[in-house]
Amino acid sequence: MRYFPHTEEDVREMLDAVGAASNDDLFAAVPSSSRFDAPPALPDPLDEWDLRRRFDELASAGGGDWQVYLGAGSQAHHVPAVVPALAGRSEFLTAYTPYQPEMSQGTLQAIFEYQTLVSRLTGLAVANASMYDGSTAMAESVLMAQRVTKRRAVAVSRLVHPHYREVLKTYLAPAEDVDILELPALPDGRTDVSGLAGLDKPAVLVVQSPNFLGVVEDLAAAAGAVHAAGGLLAAGFTEPFALGLVKSPGRCGADIAFGEGQGFGLGQSFGGPGLGIMAAKAEFMRQIPGRLVGETVDNRGQRGYVLTLSTREQHIRRGKAVSNICSNAGHAALTAAVYMAAAGGSGFRRITQVNRDVAEYLKAGLLAAGFTALTDAPTFNEFALRAPAGFDRVYEGLKRDRILAGLPLSRYYPEYDGAWLFGVTEVSNKADLDRLLELVRKGLAC
Amino acid sequence: MLDAAPEPVGASGLILNEPPLWERGRTGRSAISVPNPGVPSSPMPQDVAGDGPDWPDLSELEVVRHYTRLSTWNFGVDTGMYPLGSCTMKYNPKVHEALAALPGFTRAHPLLPAEASQGALRLIHETERLLADVVGLREASLQPAAGAHGELCGMLMIAAYHRHHKTGKTKVLVPDTAHGTNPATAAMCGFSEVKVPLGPDGRIEVPAVADLLDDDVAAIMVTNPNTLGIFESNLPEISRMLHERGALVYGDGANLNAVMGRVDMDKMGVDVIHYNLHKSMSTPHGGGGPGSGPVAVGERLVPYLPGPRVVKTADGSFAWNDDLPLSIGRLHAFHGQFGIFLRAYAYLLSLGKDLPQASGFAVLAANYVQEKLKDAYDLPFAGRCMHECVFTDAKQREFKISTLDIAKRLIDLGYHPPTIYFPLVVNGAIMIEPTETESKEELDGFIAAMRRIAQEAAGEPDVLHAAPALTKVGRLDETAAARKPKLTGDMGQDA
Repeated sequence: MRYFPHTEEDVREMLDAVGAASNDDLFAAVPSSSRFDAPPALPDPLDEWDLRRRFDELASAGGGDWQVYLGAGSQAHHVPAVVPALAGRSEFLTAYTPYQPEMSQGTLQAIFEYQTLVSRLTGLAVANASMYDGSTAMAESVLMAQRVTKRRAVAVSRLVHPHYREVLKTYLAPAEDVDILELPALPDGRTDVSGLAGLDKPAVLVVQSPNFLGVVEDLAAAAGAVHAAGGLLAAGFTEPFALGLVKSPGRCGADIAFGEGQGFGLGQSFGGPGLGIMAAKAEFMRQIPGRLVGETVDNRGQRGYVLTLSTREQHIRRGKAVSNICSNAGHAALTAAVYMAAAGGSGFRRITQVNRDVAEYLKAGLLAAGFTALTDAPTFNEFALRAPAGFDRVYEGLKRDRILAGLPLSRYYPEYDGAWLFGVTEVSNKADLDRLLELVRKGLAC
Repeated sequence: MLDAAPEPVGASGLILNEPPLWERGRTGRSAISVPNPGVPSSPMPQDVAGDGPDWPDLSELEVVRHYTRLSTWNFGVDTGMYPLGSCTMKYNPKVHEALAALPGFTRAHPLLPAEASQGALRLIHETERLLADVVGLREASLQPAAGAHGELCGMLMIAAYHRHHKTGKTKVLVPDTAHGTNPATAAMCGFSEVKVPLGPDGRIEVPAVADLLDDDVAAIMVTNPNTLGIFESNLPEISRMLHERGALVYGDGANLNAVMGRVDMDKMGVDVIHYNLHKSMSTPHGGGGPGSGPVAVGERLVPYLPGPRVVKTADGSFAWNDDLPLSIGRLHAFHGQFGIFLRAYAYLLSLGKDLPQASGFAVLAANYVQEKLKDAYDLPFAGRCMHECVFTDAKQREFKISTLDIAKRLIDLGYHPPTIYFPLVVNGAIMIEPTETESKEELDGFIAAMRRIAQEAAGEPDVLHAAPALTKVGRLDETAAARKPKLTGDMGQDA
């Protein structure tokens, strides 16, 4: 096996040193009651050539060659070559969690910078070193709000990504005393937060902006409503690029921000790994879950970085920890930091405007082709429209050309039967969109 | 007992300083290419428009130098031996990175219809099958995103099982040697923790469990081999007792690297186990993740696995099934850490039936290190170990040398320190896991370094107290960091 360095002579010498006759002798502590009766039927090992052949075969049917006009939590953003080239450096990639800070300053400074950049993005003072993905960051935001407020009740907008709401339900299943109140949509595509009044002592209101329909929510109004009831606002995003153009959650009064950071230089990779971004007001610093990197000095008086406030965490606090999280999405956070550093504030502003521009162009084209508005509040790079009769047939036909032209909302929202969600990013230009619109128009005309 | 030691691998070299990002750059620079899409501009309506983040603006070369310099202050498996106990820092094959970067995968949207993503679904299905086979369990799910997330998945399944059977059980048994994630996970699932004391030979003993076992016990969480590197040989009997009382057995797979394809979890009575693909299956740890924490289950828990699940249909194609009435539901926005599955699948195919030999060599390496160091360091539990061995600083304490000093001195000699001060049941623990991918010469170099440190402790303890001396920074003030936390940099006005 190419990854085993041991020659027969090495094995012999090591066995002699430990006084064992064979390698299997070292397993004497494993009783037969724990061993396989027959060894598992594992396949013959593949050499590197056959391994590549197998992967080429699977990748050719992986779906990466489809044109997908859809976000819904996974965005087709361009990955600049500089990002994987730097993040992929094996000093970063093959390290463990930075438990030994003197030989992990690269990871630690990069994550300290990530926390700083995320803080500036979300408008909140403290960002953790990442959660697994946007959905688990949301679940942990709710648990955190329950700890901070010492309350249990949870209100969640129905326009939060349906999968995120499912994950929250999974996390809260053992807490039989927690009801999740679902707040419905208003006709303009924003969340109707008036229902919050009916909830006794809410710990948290969870909204997502832009929401699943692509609509930019009125976060300030949501903050006002939940603060009046003594709870916290957890504001999410599945598309961090929107934060280049809209007011940050912190500026709108959110107490916690969470979201998916995959668009920051990570591929879509069929949905993972993603990057769970999480930030909060400074006063909640000791209740935020996950790793935190802090600045300090060394014994020579130099600036340096360490993991800190670890008395919140499972390896110290065990059963009383604020979360069980250990490994997070560290390398995804580092990758996102490289992306944010490469974009810079100026570049980010420009590329997010391109996203809005191509989305508005596609929206206008579809409206001209017979689609009608489902919502009228502002959108960023995703939007929902009611489709004209016959679009479902066109949609199926486009699949034969490896084009996925949106997502039928009825899959998650029976009330939006006949409406579709579309998403488009900077990777599509006018020629791509004109081609898509032409195919849609032609299809509808048949 | 002076050894003819090889030259230590650690040496000093030119280290370049690099300030935080915001002390570099100038407004107006950017390192990304912004396309001109050729469509009209549509400004965001004023009522929602914001200014965007005030991130620093850097040129591409500034970004390249920044992260290249930072990387040189880091140490990974590619740099040198990394014998971090219970973390299984084995070599991460380069070909895996190339395979995981194939655009057929990286550009695949997770909501593509099944007919568009047959290759991805097949890979998920086959990886689940291989993982289940390696431990002898029925079915596996790749959805959990990391080891602790796999624990959460497993304990949520156990909680759902007990809710479904209306048992009303509330307690979980957790041995003293457990990782902190075990009690933390049990707490997240609404269980209270009952500690199981360790027997004199480092194992859980049947009578100790029998004493604690009552009708309120929902499960036991057992890492096998445990964090002392000792095989829990009483587990089959313990499982039998728990099952008799309607309780279940959670197997923590953090130390699976010792027993891959060698131990039948089903026969041992394990109802659910999680894997750390970033440990035993060679995927890179990335300085803190992303990992991947699949679970495998025995018959009792199959209906509770998270969903949706990939199924193979009668015509041999693959489909999603979300008709899972007892499933705990979704744990991840999509299908889990697909990019990590790619690497684990590649590893499983590359090793195939040689996988048990990886465990064989891992156990051989740990025993070799233990044997070569046992006269220099205190070994609290004598006898053969599995994939890791645990020493203490008891012999060095008379020289006022602690485990921390030993660890920091190892850095100067060119090795990543072992896990220290864990497991908690051992005072001043030094937990060494060499893994099967280190050659005998590497092991000998590490052994020589450890022996040299034992000699220095007696003769020149100040060298140890001053260590590390060769790194870019010396020992860092962790107390100050926690007392007055500074978690973001000074970029000007507050965010």
